[in-house]
Amino acid sequence: MKQLAWVTTLIAVAACLMGCADTTSRARGVYMLLDTSGTYRTELNKAQSIVSYLLGTLQPGDSFGIARIDTGSFSEKDIIAKINFDGRPSVANNQKRLFKEKIDRFIDSAKGSPYTDITGGVLQAVEYLNESGAGQKHILIFSDLEEDLEKGYVRDIPFRMEGVQVVALNVTKLRSDNIDPREYLKRLEQWRQRIEDGGGSWRVINDLERLDKIIAG
Amino acid sequence: MAFPELFMVIPGPPMLSILLWIGLLMLLLYFAREPAHQAIRSLSRTFHASLRLASRSLLLAERRLAGRNKDVLLASSRESMERVIEREFHRVDAVVKRDLAGYPSLQRALADQIARLEEDYRQSSELSPPTPTWVEAVEAVAKIPSNGDPTVSKVLEKIQVIVQNQQKAVMAEYRKNISHRHGLLKRMIPYWRRMTDTLEDVGKTITGLQERSAVIDRRMAEYEEIIANSDRAEQMYASSAMTQFFIAGFVLLIAFGGAVINFNLIALPMSEMVGGGSYIGQFKTADVAALVIILVEVAMGLYLMESLRITRLFPVIGSMDDRMRVRMIWITFGILLILASVESALAFMRDTIAADLHALRQSLVDAPATEPVNSWIPTVGQMALGFILPFALTFVAIPLESFVQSSRVVMGRAATGALRTGAFFLRLLATFGSYTGTFLIHFYDLLIVPPLWIAGLIQGRQRDGQILSPEADHSPEPDHPGPEIKVQEESA
Repeated sequence: MKQLAWVTTLIAVAACLMGCADTTSRARGVYMLLDTSGTYRTELNKAQSIVSYLLGTLQPGDSFGIARIDTGSFSEKDIIAKINFDGRPSVANNQKRLFKEKIDRFIDSAKGSPYTDITGGVLQAVEYLNESGAGQKHILIFSDLEEDLEKGYVRDIPFRMEGVQVVALNVTKLRSDNIDPREYLKRLEQWRQRIEDGGGSWRVINDLERLDKIIAG
Repeated sequence: MAFPELFMVIPGPPMLSILLWIGLLMLLLYFAREPAHQAIRSLSRTFHASLRLASRSLLLAERRLAGRNKDVLLASSRESMERVIEREFHRVDAVVKRDLAGYPSLQRALADQIARLEEDYRQSSELSPPTPTWVEAVEAVAKIPSNGDPTVSKVLEKIQVIVQNQQKAVMAEYRKNISHRHGLLKRMIPYWRRMTDTLEDVGKTITGLQERSAVIDRRMAEYEEIIANSDRAEQMYASSAMTQFFIAGFVLLIAFGGAVINFNLIALPMSEMVGGGSYIGQFKTADVAALVIILVEVAMGLYLMESLRITRLFPVIGSMDDRMRVRMIWITFGILLILASVESALAFMRDTIAADLHALRQSLVDAPATEPVNSWIPTVGQMALGFILPFALTFVAIPLESFVQSSRVVMGRAATGALRTGAFFLRLLATFGSYTGTFLIHFYDLLIVPPLWIAGLIQGRQRDGQILSPEADHSPEPDHPGPEIKVQEESA
C-alpha cells in the first residue's frame, strides 16, 4: 500500500510540475548590428552566413533582431527584421525561412551610409533585448568599430547593459590601422572598456569559421 | 642575546654545554621515569580498550545485521517457495480438472466397452450343433431287424440317405456358426485397442501426477528447510539472490536503454504540443512531459503485471477480488494501448519535424534540397518502435521486482562485510596502539640508558651487601616494573 501511494505521489508531483512551469526565462535574445557605412558595405555578404548560422542555432522561444548601423542608429526604423520564434518547432521553422528571405533582400539592396553611429545601435539593441525578456542577451556587432558621428549627434552616453554579452564580429583593419596597429588595438580597448563599464561582457571574433563560439555560454 | 647563547652555560666550546644539557635532561627523564611509563601505559591501554570496544560493537552490529539479513532472506525465500508450491498445486489442479474431471464419462465409456466385449464374447461362445430330434427315432428304426426284407432294406437305405443329407446340412450350419463367431471375435479387436488406449491415457495422467507430486515433495522439503531457518537454505538463497541481483540489474540496464530511445523518440514532437521555449527548473517542459509519459507507461506496466499476478510489488492489488482485478487489467491495458498509439503518432510527427528542420538547414546554407531514398522506412520504423516500446517497458516490472528483492539481500551482505572489515581494522589498530605503547616505553628507557645503568650498578651492590649480612632481609628488591604492557586480551 505504501509503495502504491509512493508511486502515485511521484506521478502526481510530476504532473503538477508539468502544469506549473518555471517563470525564469531561459530564452535567448540575439540582436545583430550590421555596419552599412561606405567602407564596410562590401563585407555584408559575410554577414549572411552568420545570420544563417544563427537561424539554425536559435531554438523555438528565442528572439532575434537585425538592425543596420547608419548615420543615426538609435531608431526603430533601422531594425531590418525582428522576430520572437514560436514555441512550436514547425512554426518556428517557417518563421526562420521568412526571416532569411527578408535579410537576403536587405543585403542585396543595402546602400552605404555616410556616417557610422555604433553607439546608437548598441543603445537600441539593449532596449530591444530588455523588452524581449530574454534570459540570455547577446549583441553582435558586425562592424570595423570605427565610429563616425554626424555633427550634432550626442553619443557620449554610458551604457547600462548588465548581463549582456557583446561580440564584435569581423572587425576589419582600416588602412590607418595597418600603418599604426596601435590605433586598431586602441579602438578595441575603448569599446571593451565602454561595454564592461556598462556591466556587459566583451569578446571579439574575427575568424568566421568559428561561428559556434558566437552565442556559446 | 641570541636564543642559542642562553643555553651556553659553560664558557668555551659549545659541546660542553650540550653535554651538560643532555645529562640534565637524562636525569630529569630518569626521575620522571615511573610517571612517564604509567602515562604511556595508561594512554595505550585506553587507546587499545576503546578501539577493542568499538570493534566489538561493530561485530555485534554485524551479527545483528546478519541475523536480520537471514530473516529477510528466508522470509523472501519462503514467500517465493510458497509461490512455487502454489503454482505446482495449480498445475496438479489443472491436470486433475482436465483429465480426471472426465473420469465418470471415462468410466462409462470403459463400462460400455466392457459390456460390448462381454456381449460379443457371449455371442462368440461355441455352441454344440443341435442334435436332430428324430435321431432317436432313426436309431429305433435302425434297430429293427431287416431279415432280408427288401422293404426294410429300402427303408433303411432311405434313412441312410436322409441321415447323410442331414449331416451335411448340420455341418454347413456348424461352419456358418463358426464363421459368425470368428466375425464377432474380429469385431472385438478395435474395442480392445480402444480400451487399451483409454487405459494408457489414464496411466499417463497418473504418471504426470506422480511426477508433479515428486516435484512438490522436493519443494516441500526445501520449504521445510526454510521454515527451520537452516544455514544451508540461507547459503543457497543468498547465492541465488546475488545471481538475481546481477541478472535483474543487467535487464534493467537494457530497459533503461529502451526508455532512453523512447524518450528521444517523443521529446522533440512533445515540444510541438507543450512548446519548445518553456522550462521546468533546469529542464525543458517538453523533455519533462516526455519523461512523465514514459514513467506513466512504466507505472501502468507495473499495475498490469500486478493485476496479472506476475509480480507482487503491491499486495493491495494482489489481494483484490478477481472481478476488480480483471477490471484493472483491462483499464491498465487500455491506458497502455492509448499511450502506445500516442507515441506512435508522436514518432510520426518527429519524423516530419526532423525532415522540415533538415530542409530548413539545407535552405540556410543554400544547398539544393535532396529527397531521401525510401523515406517511409524510417518513418514506419519509428512508428513501430513508438508503439512497441511502451509494451516492452511493461515487462520492466519483472526484473524490477527481482532487483528490489535481491538488492535488499545484497546490500545487507555488503553492509555486513563493511562492518566486519571495520571491526577487523579497529582490532588491528588497537593491537598497533598497544605495541606502540610498549615501543614508547622501551624507547624512553633507551634515552636514559646511562642513569639506568648506574642505578642498576648501585642496586646490584646493595643487594650483594644484603646477601652477605645475615640480618639482611632476603626478600627481593622489587624490580622496576618492566616495560611490558600487560594487555588484557579480550575474547574476539
